[in-house]
Amino acid sequence: MKAWDRVLKARKKDRPTSLEYLDVIFDSFIELHGDRLYSDDKAIVGGLAKLGDIKVTVIAQEKGKKLKDKMARHFGSPLPDGYRKALRLMKQAEKFNRPIICLIDTQGAFCGIEAEERGQGEAIARNLYEMSALKVPIISIIIGEGGSGGALALAVSDEVWMLENAIYSILSPEGFASILYKDGSKAPLIVDEMKITANDLLNLKVIEKIIDEPEEGIEVHFDQTAEVMKKALIEKIEELSLLDKTTLVNRRYDRYRQFTYE
Amino acid sequence: MKNIFKKTHYIQLTPNPKNTNEANVPTGSWIKCPNCHELIYKKALKDSDFVCGSCKKHFRMDAESRLDSILDEGTFLEMFTELKTVNVLNFKGYDEKIKALKTKTKLHEGIMTGTGKIEGREVAIGVMDSRFLMGSMGAVVGEKVTLLVEMATEALLPVIIYTASGGARMQEGIISLMQMAKTSAAIKRHSDAGLLYITVLTDPTTGGVTASFAMLGDIILAEPGSLIGFAGPRVIRDTIKQELPDGFQTAEFLMEHGFVDKIVHREDMRSTLSGLLKMHS
Repeated sequence: MKAWDRVLKARKKDRPTSLEYLDVIFDSFIELHGDRLYSDDKAIVGGLAKLGDIKVTVIAQEKGKKLKDKMARHFGSPLPDGYRKALRLMKQAEKFNRPIICLIDTQGAFCGIEAEERGQGEAIARNLYEMSALKVPIISIIIGEGGSGGALALAVSDEVWMLENAIYSILSPEGFASILYKDGSKAPLIVDEMKITANDLLNLKVIEKIIDEPEEGIEVHFDQTAEVMKKALIEKIEELSLLDKTTLVNRRYDRYRQFTYE
Repeated sequence: MKNIFKKTHYIQLTPNPKNTNEANVPTGSWIKCPNCHELIYKKALKDSDFVCGSCKKHFRMDAESRLDSILDEGTFLEMFTELKTVNVLNFKGYDEKIKALKTKTKLHEGIMTGTGKIEGREVAIGVMDSRFLMGSMGAVVGEKVTLLVEMATEALLPVIIYTASGGARMQEGIISLMQMAKTSAAIKRHSDAGLLYITVLTDPTTGGVTASFAMLGDIILAEPGSLIGFAGPRVIRDTIKQELPDGFQTAEFLMEHGFVDKIVHREDMRSTLSGLLKMHS
């Protein structure tokens, strides 16, 4: 399949969003709100849940379904407040020794005056910095769009997985085409060279695992895919939980340290 | 009567170069300050650390001149110049572009890294240079920052980084994004070792550099008037379809909103850095 077809699938209107995964994969979800600094950003949903028998912290980017909901969540593009809420909950997870699961689905961090006023750059940087040393297992799954720093701010993890038709990129294909080819509408033509599909990223060692999607479309057999994810998550979390904390953190450091080419 | 004050004749300030006598000042040795329109003699600019003598506008500065203006004379030892820019995504024309920039700027990459002394105190220092693909961060910039910070963690040195960057390097795609995580993780280890990290934000500091090592300083200084932000002003304007307020995303705006410790004029930078180092020795 061409990269552009996957872009369209990743953005498809009826593609399941984070809250639907939360329903199937986790039990007893208790949502926790707010960054304790300014607001509660609805583009990020976070809280406590059970993954099988394991108590975990879940952090998920949510685009919303109906227009009103989408607007309240500003289409899944988090404000700095969202990243700070995520960090607060991740630190809390570390305190109580709970593994962290992040679901990623965003075009990118929110772009606007208020985001700049409240330090979007600082909020993302702080998450990268702190996540790199959290002493609990972290797994991030890109379920739709993984847009730039806005996605990475929840993906400094022990493993990053992608759904087969998800994308993960430095910038949206439109933005990339606009910068390098001075024409955003060229995106479908140049998207292949960006290497944003799950296969490309597995080859580049940016991700560890691809979760297959049903041929008929993920929305058709959604529960099936979510169950596969649940099983894989339980297995991996159990495996990572066996590592001592120093080994866990060192491995995560090395995971990002390897992106060097000479 | 309405037109009583209307000028009908104009005095030509810059004579048409074609009619200029050869004995005149060679073309291009004067520049006009874009802020106050004062004429500045180019050669005098380096002596004034690229600051307009009249309105104090800070012009962009190349990495080498910066190192000259900050470090004790002859103490800079450049490191990590053996790294090669690799075209990981086989992006068309990228290799040629890098080669041409290396020749043109005489720089190794978008950042110069090494050690040096400020009033006798040794520091690990990195200075970005916006002439090299807008100081964008690809694998080499990310690796140089990481190696510098790791070296400093081992040698128990403070780190000073001058940022000047348009953000991630598009031509290296996702690999550029990974540099944000890599550099931030290295800084976390340096910090956990109880060591000092100072960033100096200069014009422009945006995108992936803002959202990683620029904003992680224990102390964050900025040069007056610098553009600093996450999303670039043009992108924001196009997204929200509104004019941006005056002074938006300047160093002063960031200080007002609590993201910068201190705005420091270039002529006071060396003494400010020296004072901060002294407080941590």
